[in-house]
Amino acid sequence: MIALEGISKSYRVAKRAAGFREAAKALFFREHTVVDALRNVSFDIREGDIAGYIGPNGAGKSTTIKIMCGILVPEAGSCSVLGYTPWKQRMDYVRRIGVVFGQRSQLWWDVPVIDSFEMLRHIYKIPPADYQRTLALLTETLDLGDIVRTPVRQLSLGQRMRCEIAASLLHEPRILFLDEPTIGLDAASKIAVRDFIKTINREKGVTVILTTHDMSDIEALANRILLIGKGTLLYDGDLPDLRSRYGNDPMDGLILRLYREHQI
Amino acid sequence: MRLYVRYLSLLFRSQMQYPSSFWLLCFGQFFIPFTVFAGFYFLFERFGEVRGWTFYEAALCFGVVHLAFSIAECFARGFDAFSSLVAAGDFDRLLVRPRSVALQVLGSKFEFTRFGRLLQGFAVLGIAIGNLQVEWNAVKAATLAFMVIGGALVFAGIFILAATMCFWTVQALEVANIFTDGGREMAQYPLHLYERWVLVFFTFVIPFGAVSYWPLLSVLGKTDGNGLLYMVMPLASVLFLLPCLAAWSFGVRHYRSTGS
Repeated sequence: MIALEGISKSYRVAKRAAGFREAAKALFFREHTVVDALRNVSFDIREGDIAGYIGPNGAGKSTTIKIMCGILVPEAGSCSVLGYTPWKQRMDYVRRIGVVFGQRSQLWWDVPVIDSFEMLRHIYKIPPADYQRTLALLTETLDLGDIVRTPVRQLSLGQRMRCEIAASLLHEPRILFLDEPTIGLDAASKIAVRDFIKTINREKGVTVILTTHDMSDIEALANRILLIGKGTLLYDGDLPDLRSRYGNDPMDGLILRLYREHQI
Repeated sequence: MRLYVRYLSLLFRSQMQYPSSFWLLCFGQFFIPFTVFAGFYFLFERFGEVRGWTFYEAALCFGVVHLAFSIAECFARGFDAFSSLVAAGDFDRLLVRPRSVALQVLGSKFEFTRFGRLLQGFAVLGIAIGNLQVEWNAVKAATLAFMVIGGALVFAGIFILAATMCFWTVQALEVANIFTDGGREMAQYPLHLYERWVLVFFTFVIPFGAVSYWPLLSVLGKTDGNGLLYMVMPLASVLFLLPCLAAWSFGVRHYRSTGS
C-alpha cells in the first residue's frame, strides 16, 4: 500500500559563524552546507497497519511524512502510495489521504467547528449524504456532540485535537498520517485519541502512520515500528520482535538503548 | 469560483466575531488615504493646475487608483499576507488539499476593513465626476469600470510576485512595497506629471499607465484616438497577471523541492 524505495532528501542550510563581522559578511556572501535529511530510506507498509514512526528530533520523521503526503519532492528514490506517486499526482492523491499535524490547526480559528467541517466538505467535494453519514459517525465515536458548535479558539487542546482528527477523516481517506497527534494532551485526552485511532483502524480499515515521542502511544497502538535516526532507517519490525531482542524494559528505556546502539 | 465565495463567507463570519475592531479599522482605512487626498487638494489649490491637469481631472485618477488598490487588498489579501502563511508552516496544509494552491492562498485571507478605503475611493471618484465637464457615454463608463478592475488586477499581480519571493526569503518583502504602496502613490497622480522614463516604466513593465493614465486621457477627451482602443487598454493588466502566476507556480515547485 505504501512503498518507499531509496528515498533521499537533503536541505541547504546557510551557515554563519558568530559575531558581528560574520553577520555583516553574511549580508553579501552566504555559505551553505548540505544537510542530509534522509539517506536511502526504504520501507513498506501494508494495508490496515498502524505504523509508529519514531526517532529523535531532527531525525527526518517530518520530512518522510511530507514526502509521503506529496508536499516535498525527494532528490532520489521512488515512493508509491495507493498506486500514486504523491508529488506527481497531487490533486488526485491528496483526496485519498488524511493528514493531521499535531502542532498546527487545520480548522478556522474564529468560527464554530461545524463551519470548518462544512468548508472541508466543499473543498473535498464530499456528497451531502456521505458527509452526513460520516459526520454522524465521527460525532458519536469522538463524542463531539456539544463542541462542534463552539468556535475553535474556545476549545481545550484535547477537544481541538479530536476535532482535528475528525476534520481529516470527513472525506473518508484510506490512509491517515498523524504527525504527533498526542503532543501536549492530558492523560484522558490521549487515551480518547488512541482509542479512536484503534477504532477507525479496526472498523474502517484505515491505515495509520503516526509519529510520536510518547512511547506509550507506540505500545498502545502500533503493530509496526519504524525507527529513524540521522536520516537512515535503523529498525523496522513489530513490538514482539523488539521485545524479544531487548527484553521487557519500559518502552522509553528500550528506545534509548536503540538510540545509543546506533549512536544517535 | 464557488469555493472562493465560500472562503469569503467563512472569513467574513470570522471577522464579524470582532465587530468593534472591524469598525475601528474601517474608520481608520477611510481616513488614512483621506490625509493623502488632503495633501493632494492643497497642492492643486496652491498651483491651480499642474502641467495642464486640473484638480478634478487628477482626482479622477486618484479615485480610480485608490478604488483599485482597496479592491485588490480586500480580495487578494491572501497573497499580500502570504509570508505569514509560509512562516507559520500553514502552507503545507494547502498542499495536502485537493484544490488549486493559488485559489486556496487567495481564500486564506481577506481584508474586509478595506471597505473604509473603498468608500473613500468612491467618494473622491464621485466628487471628480460631479465636477468634471465630461460628456459621459457607455464607452467612457465602461472604460472607467475597466480601469478599476484592471488596476485591481495589476495590484494583485504585484502581490503575487511578492508572495513568490517568500519561497526564497521571508525578509526581502519590503522591496515589494516599493511597487504596491509606491506604485499606488505614483499612479494616483496622472503619470504625465513625471519624467518620461517613469511613464514608460509604468506602461510597459508594470502597466499602471494602461489602467490609469492612458485611458484617462480618453475619458477626459484629451486625445483624438479611438475611444474603444483606450477602453480595452486596461485589459493589459491580464497580460501582466499571467507571468506573475507563472512565476508563482515556479516558486511553488521550488518550495516543494527545497522545503525551505
